[in-house]
Amino acid sequence: MANLKTTERKTKAQSMGLHTEVLTGKTQQKFFNPDEAENFYYWGTYDVDFNKRIDLDVNDLDCKEANKKIDELMSQGYGTIVIKNPQGKHSLGVGVLNKLNLIFEGSLGYFGVGSIDGPTVRINGRVGWSCAENMMAGKVVIEKNAGSCFGAAVRGGDLICKGSVGARTGIDQKGGTIIVGGDAGAFTGFMMQRGRIIILGDVGINLGDSMYDGTIYVGGKIGSFGSDAIESPMTKSDVDWIKRKLKVAEIGENFDVSKMTKVVAGKKLWNYDALEPTEKKGAI
Amino acid sequence: MPKKKTKKSSKKTIKGQLGKKKESAREKMIGQTIGYRYDVNLLPDYSRITPFLKKYIEAMGWDDLNWLEDVHMGYEEDRPAVFDRNANGWVTIPKKIKLPNNQQDRDMIARELLVKFQMSPNHPLVDLKKAYRKF
Repeated sequence: MANLKTTERKTKAQSMGLHTEVLTGKTQQKFFNPDEAENFYYWGTYDVDFNKRIDLDVNDLDCKEANKKIDELMSQGYGTIVIKNPQGKHSLGVGVLNKLNLIFEGSLGYFGVGSIDGPTVRINGRVGWSCAENMMAGKVVIEKNAGSCFGAAVRGGDLICKGSVGARTGIDQKGGTIIVGGDAGAFTGFMMQRGRIIILGDVGINLGDSMYDGTIYVGGKIGSFGSDAIESPMTKSDVDWIKRKLKVAEIGENFDVSKMTKVVAGKKLWNYDALEPTEKKGAI
Repeated sequence: MPKKKTKKSSKKTIKGQLGKKKESAREKMIGQTIGYRYDVNLLPDYSRITPFLKKYIEAMGWDDLNWLEDVHMGYEEDRPAVFDRNANGWVTIPKKIKLPNNQQDRDMIARELLVKFQMSPNHPLVDLKKAYRKF
């Protein structure tokens, strides 16, 4: 570990005292009062009004300028921002940590709306590779098709594609829900660790390959199961939950959910040692 | 012939000890204990949602619990706790909060507490943001 005390020039973080602590333990004592005033925003984000709406034409802006402009508009209290002429630009709408209604009137390129935490996004077109990568929370609805790696490493929230998606959908997924109205490509749910994927159409080969945990529901045909992916019986809780989620996603109104195939990890690839065996009983 | 005295074993079995507790079918199949501190695949029961969470969903403009569906009550250092992904650590539940027996109810309490903690000015991320954020 670097000896931070010998650093000659103090950074802002050091002057705030963040580096003076000896990093010996894992426990951090941080206290707060659960009864403190109700607040639904992260520190440093904006209290926006959904009824305050503005159009933003990004035709002449590059992605960095467009994203800064979105941030600027949020700081002015705009809660509904309509992006005109996105023209397939890459990395639009990334890193929004705010509640917001963000509407794209057109298609997005690669890595659109990545790392978002909270906004409701509607894209009235198609999206390229890795849409909503690393999404933390919120809702993203894509009206047409999506490219490969749709929802890569998603950690939370609802990611909905009304059309079909490419290969490796939900790769490395760590939470949240991905819903696809059409078909999905090969290696759907590849190495997923948590969360849920709902595919109403068919899926390609190697479904759920090397999945660690999580659940995949498929309405159509399955090309083949991947390594350690196994079928599991549908429960009433699954059916009720899928019906509710499809309602949220505004698709599959008349879809017969009870006939879906549920796929989970067989966990034969698990490699745990003796982890946390006794604590739970004492704690709860 | 007098009966031979047998000593009672002084070993105590701890409930939940590895290898002694009741294993789930999945654990039997894979031959090892599942290391999660809660059932990651448990779907939330919306009939048990708290008024605070209802307000939070409304404020965010969502239709359901959204990312909080993946939040469950676990444990840390023998105390009930909820994992905060933003701080990458466990937030232990204050002792004054009495926990119900039902996991679904416990999960709702965990969700409420986590939202309050993450939005609190005392959250560790606030200091980090002040120090490091670029824009």
